[in-house]
Amino acid sequence: MIEMHDVYKTYDNGVVALNGISVKINKGEFVYVVGPSGAGKTTLIKLMYRQERATKGQIVVNNMNVTSISDQKVPLLRRQLGVVYQDFKLLPKLTVYENIAFALEVTEAEPKVIRQRVIDVLKKVGLTKKAKHLPQELSGGEQQRVAIARAIVNKPAVIIADEPTGNLDPETSWGIMDLLEQINRDGTTIVMATHNKDIVNTMRRRVIAVDHGKIVRDEYGGDYGYEN
Amino acid sequence: MKTSTLRRHVRESFRSLGRNGWMTFASISAVTVTLMLVGVFAILMANLSHIASNLEQDVEIKVLIELTADADAEQQLLNEIAHMPAIAEYEYSSKEQELDQLIADFGDDWKLYEQSNPLHNVIYVRALNPEDIPKLAEEINYLSNTDDVVYGEDKVERLFKALSVARNVGLFLILGLLFTAVFLISNTIRITIIARGDEIEIMKLVGATNSFVRLPFLLEGMWLGMFGALIPMGLTAFLYKQLYDFVTPRVSGDLIELVKPGAITLEVAGLLLLLAVVIGVVGSFMSVRKFLRV
Repeated sequence: MIEMHDVYKTYDNGVVALNGISVKINKGEFVYVVGPSGAGKTTLIKLMYRQERATKGQIVVNNMNVTSISDQKVPLLRRQLGVVYQDFKLLPKLTVYENIAFALEVTEAEPKVIRQRVIDVLKKVGLTKKAKHLPQELSGGEQQRVAIARAIVNKPAVIIADEPTGNLDPETSWGIMDLLEQINRDGTTIVMATHNKDIVNTMRRRVIAVDHGKIVRDEYGGDYGYEN
Repeated sequence: MKTSTLRRHVRESFRSLGRNGWMTFASISAVTVTLMLVGVFAILMANLSHIASNLEQDVEIKVLIELTADADAEQQLLNEIAHMPAIAEYEYSSKEQELDQLIADFGDDWKLYEQSNPLHNVIYVRALNPEDIPKLAEEINYLSNTDDVVYGEDKVERLFKALSVARNVGLFLILGLLFTAVFLISNTIRITIIARGDEIEIMKLVGATNSFVRLPFLLEGMWLGMFGALIPMGLTAFLYKQLYDFVTPRVSGDLIELVKPGAITLEVAGLLLLLAVVIGVVGSFMSVRKFLRV
């Protein structure tokens, strides 16, 4: 599903973010990427959907060679992935419904299909009644649910989440984790960068620990392993 | 592209105008104010040019025929003038006709000269290109049986020089104004789009292609231009009609004659609309491009 082979990333300012990463994530897995701030977690995730380009190495996501595809093909890659961000990244002037529908509109799906799918995912994330609200009228947890709904509306093979609970209180965070777990149970691969020790230690899954741009631990059912 | 997608883009471009209300207002105002200036200036220039060419067309050469020339000599001179390539038209006027005109213009005192008419028979000549008049006059003066050639040398040359300077200054000003319009309008649209850089980034991150992101912005730029052009288009046409109706009856003769409204206002309206749409679309295109590299 996701394969990285000997991946390096050095930014233009000379900062080395990743220093020879090799990892394989299989279909249907739920993977935490953990590590201290500046360890390279976000860079690792950004490389998967080509927001950043690797300096060296190979990355294959869902059979697409992310390192060698042309810029024109990047939208096709991104439509096969659902990405969830810490700051939600919702379009502030669009309603909840429109935000979710947008991810399907870019694929030029039929309006009828769009309507049905958006209604389905709104139900799934429990926001049917908030469809006509603007993001600013929702709580943080609700906004993240909208972002997750947008990420899954294309029925992607992989969800990539960068600190999805980073801006949420503990109780709301658990609600989001329940939702992600449910999505994972339906067969979607989930890669989630997180700082949340409680979640990693309670909901035990595969843990990939990154430090100084290298994978220092890769353990199924492992714990967080750091003091925050 | 599917028609449903195109419909979506058109719908989105209109909605976006509403969602970004103040920015839309700012852009449309910038377009309106600048194009109003362009419109007024374009009409001014068209009139200046019209008046200038009217004045130029009015200039003619008066060829005084030798008093001693007989009918054959006069006919020969007429033939020679008729065959000059730079000539548009010519007209013979006898000294009797000249005196009648003089009496008509300046009064009965001149009737005294009916006893012994001191005037010359005359040929009036118009040039195809008014700027050739000095050269043409000189050539005619060399022909035999011409006594003198008169065309108000100094005045005509000064007039032509003044008109040419006025035209050049006008052209320079209108180019400057157009440049300002392009700069001001595209800059306002740019600011509108820069404020929406995050929006473009998010669109790209959920898998929108560049053209999918760009098209609604281009349409939006086009609407901004079109809406901004409406007031200047209508107002210049209306105001010019008022000015024409006011000035025309008050100016005697046809020395200063304004361009008739109608064709000119349509042309200026078309120019403004085209200008606004082009600047709107190009301004949007340039501004969006910067944000597409996500």
